[in-house]
Amino acid sequence: MDKENIGILIVDDEFSVRDSLAKWFLSDGFRVGTAESADVAMTRLGEQPWDIVLLDIKMPGMDGIEFNRHIRSVDKDIIVIIITAYSSVDTAVQALKDGAFDYVSKPVDPDDLTHTIRNAVEKRRLAQENIQLKQRIEDLTMPDEIVGTSPQIKRVLEMIATVAQTDATVMIRGESGTGKELAARAIHGNSHRRYAPIISVNCGAFTETLLESELFGHEKGAFTGACTRRKGKLERADKGTIFFGEIGNISPKMQMDLLRVIETKQFTRLGGDTPVHVDFRIISATHRNLEEAVAAGEFREDLYFRLNVFTIDMPPLRERPEDIPLLANCFLQMYSRSMTRGVREIAPDAMQMLVSYDWRRNVRELRNVIERAIVLSSGEKIIGRDLSFPFRYRAKQQGDTMEEIEKAHIGRILERTEWNISQAASVLGIDRTTLYTKIKKYGLSKPS
Amino acid sequence: MNPSKLYVIPIQLSDNSLLDPLLAYLTHDFGVPAEILRRELDLAKAYNVERDQYYSSMILAQLIENPPESAFRILGVTGLDIYIPVLTYLFGEAQFKGIGALVSTFRLRNEFYGRPSDAQLFEERLFKEAVHELGHTFGLPHCHYPGCVMNSSTDIDDVAEKMVSFCRACAQIVRQDRPL
Repeated sequence: MDKENIGILIVDDEFSVRDSLAKWFLSDGFRVGTAESADVAMTRLGEQPWDIVLLDIKMPGMDGIEFNRHIRSVDKDIIVIIITAYSSVDTAVQALKDGAFDYVSKPVDPDDLTHTIRNAVEKRRLAQENIQLKQRIEDLTMPDEIVGTSPQIKRVLEMIATVAQTDATVMIRGESGTGKELAARAIHGNSHRRYAPIISVNCGAFTETLLESELFGHEKGAFTGACTRRKGKLERADKGTIFFGEIGNISPKMQMDLLRVIETKQFTRLGGDTPVHVDFRIISATHRNLEEAVAAGEFREDLYFRLNVFTIDMPPLRERPEDIPLLANCFLQMYSRSMTRGVREIAPDAMQMLVSYDWRRNVRELRNVIERAIVLSSGEKIIGRDLSFPFRYRAKQQGDTMEEIEKAHIGRILERTEWNISQAASVLGIDRTTLYTKIKKYGLSKPS
Repeated sequence: MNPSKLYVIPIQLSDNSLLDPLLAYLTHDFGVPAEILRRELDLAKAYNVERDQYYSSMILAQLIENPPESAFRILGVTGLDIYIPVLTYLFGEAQFKGIGALVSTFRLRNEFYGRPSDAQLFEERLFKEAVHELGHTFGLPHCHYPGCVMNSSTDIDDVAEKMVSFCRACAQIVRQDRPL
């Protein structure tokens, strides 16, 4: 906070005090105003903002004690420092009880005055910073899915607000459906790169060759079917942000190529030899435990550290059930409006079901459930029977053990990889032998 | 006549030997000739019996009354203990963007703080405070650049922390206002 941005209003009926303090603070670089009475000071307070008021206690008309109370009732953020004679220290103590910041006794030791003002300025600066940080969080261009009042989501919002102001590489971790890409878009949308594009790449959706072409682009004739030159996603993200979804799934060769691009900020298109220079911010996301992947030698440690400068963990929805009503109502309004349906609220029984469901697919799943319920609802309210859950309705239970969770998780991964043991072991971040042991332990079997 | 001289007015100084080195330093630092100017001041008007101190602003007002046409700046150097009503003491006072400044040697000597006498340190403090107060007459507020003579000093030990010269930014402002 620059001193010239700090306004000090001196309220004292003695001209010599006003004049000498005004000169003192002007030479110190502050913006200074004076008032000879509480009435004049009220006018000054209405004319422009003041940060600090130096207030004499004994004045004709409204005295300093009363005026201090008046200031506190109008603007609690103004810092009031009482000026008092030695004989009226008791009165100054009363002013402190009424919220004044400090008091100084006339005549004041210059060194004490300097320290008192320095402390007041510091308090004012911290208060301003606090207001600005809150404002920044409220002003964030935030997708509807990242809302809530839980400590977990507030922490995420604070981290997004902080990291958006930097150019740091960000790693967003979290289960499927927790809003990793939305968080990435919020970071981009609130950064200085927001006027350039954010380019999204789902690394898990491409084969190695296709991902290479997608990222680096290609020259005409680079391979069969490359009829024209095509810019890759890295080039399209120039001056903006590139978001790598499921970064944990890229091959060792791609890991090496990506590391080179991050380090040199340049690459060549497939089939070309001209270096292309790029300037982008990288945000990656993964549901995998990359630390374990690094330990198992499946993910390059140097790339991991390059990508993981700042980490944001997206909380699963089941860990913040207090946010479910807010999110559900948010989706209700969004879809009811876009589908021009007159559904206005969620009945208490339906809301209770939503709050107690275990949301394995997180916010994305909640959004889908609400969307379907609006279609199915015949009235103005969503009731219990309008809700259809993709998994069998299963309220959270206290008795879920780690073993049950592990068994279910391994079963899901085996199902997803069609019982390809190597692939499933890779996704789970364990070796094949361990996976076989666990399949045997839990009695899992391939469906016939 | 162009205002081309920096006048130094001694006021109740017990030791006039410090004036010559001060004149030499100011001449060198501000690039204008510094000379002694003798003036009769009504110090009784500025004296406060209860405080046994002299009201700085009243002395300063007399210093700049009817200044010589050749006066580029006027610096009063006094051995008196000076104050303004709201503060217990001052090292000096100046007209912000004006021509007059006043500096007191009363609290610049080590002896005042019960420390051993140190003539060289005293001279250094006097030069710093004189240049500091004159700096205010060029419209310079207190400066935060480490070591700049325009750093605020409300304690004698703060004076030691700063140099005897302006930082580059402050020096530039002073240079702009020098007589051709």
